[in-house]
Amino acid sequence: MSEAEQQGEEGAGIVKKFMFVNRKAPYGTIYALEGLEVVLISAAFDQDVSLAFVDDGVYQLLKGQQTKGIEEKNFSPAYRALEGYDIEKLYVEREALEKRGLSEEDLLVDVQLMSSAELAELMTAQDVVIGF
Amino acid sequence: MKFGILVNEGPYTHQASDSAYLFTRTALEKGHQIYRVFFYHDGVNNATKYTEPPQDDRHIVNRWSKLAEQYEVDLVVCVAAALRRGIKDELLAPGFRISGLGQLVEAGIQSDRLVEFGD
Repeated sequence: MSEAEQQGEEGAGIVKKFMFVNRKAPYGTIYALEGLEVVLISAAFDQDVSLAFVDDGVYQLLKGQQTKGIEEKNFSPAYRALEGYDIEKLYVEREALEKRGLSEEDLLVDVQLMSSAELAELMTAQDVVIGF
Repeated sequence: MKFGILVNEGPYTHQASDSAYLFTRTALEKGHQIYRVFFYHDGVNNATKYTEPPQDDRHIVNRWSKLAEQYEVDLVVCVAAALRRGIKDELLAPGFRISGLGQLVEAGIQSDRLVEFGD
């Protein structure tokens, strides 16, 4: 039984557009990791979920993360598992990538690149925007 | 309007918790509904009953408890974030309860607006 079902009828049948906006680097603060935990839970509620990566948040999707030296868990493989949760809308701010000298090939999942302006437009079309 | 509130920072270090409280109280005073206040990340630290600020300072934890008592606001502390930070049921101030992240998603679904307070 999913968490949504366990909670009974409340919210059953309502599908909202949820966008999770990832703004922070994956390590240094806990926001990225705990943000991802919310994303995974949201999958159990059958909502229309998308993820946006802006600012330092683009670092979350970087290939080849090695965290041994800081003695933290490398949780980046979880982004590759999102597809299995039917979370397939991953948007990356093009300007944020370029500013950091990165390109799509540096990322560990397939994403859709968007300009800041396009992303802003998409955000206004959401019902719920949660930023981490 | 029905609001959901998300509090992402702990008390005193960040203003987010104050802003969330002031917003929530004002919304209630103006006749709006608060579906739920959800405490996440270091926000879970707003719920601990042993908080004891200097007497001339605002008591952030008791303030939330009073609001919960007066308006029956549902104050939910994320279990995963709480356990990570050593916060358990027996440490909670009155009016707070511990539950899962699904309560946050549900607040997003059920509220007209989910308003987030953080850095």
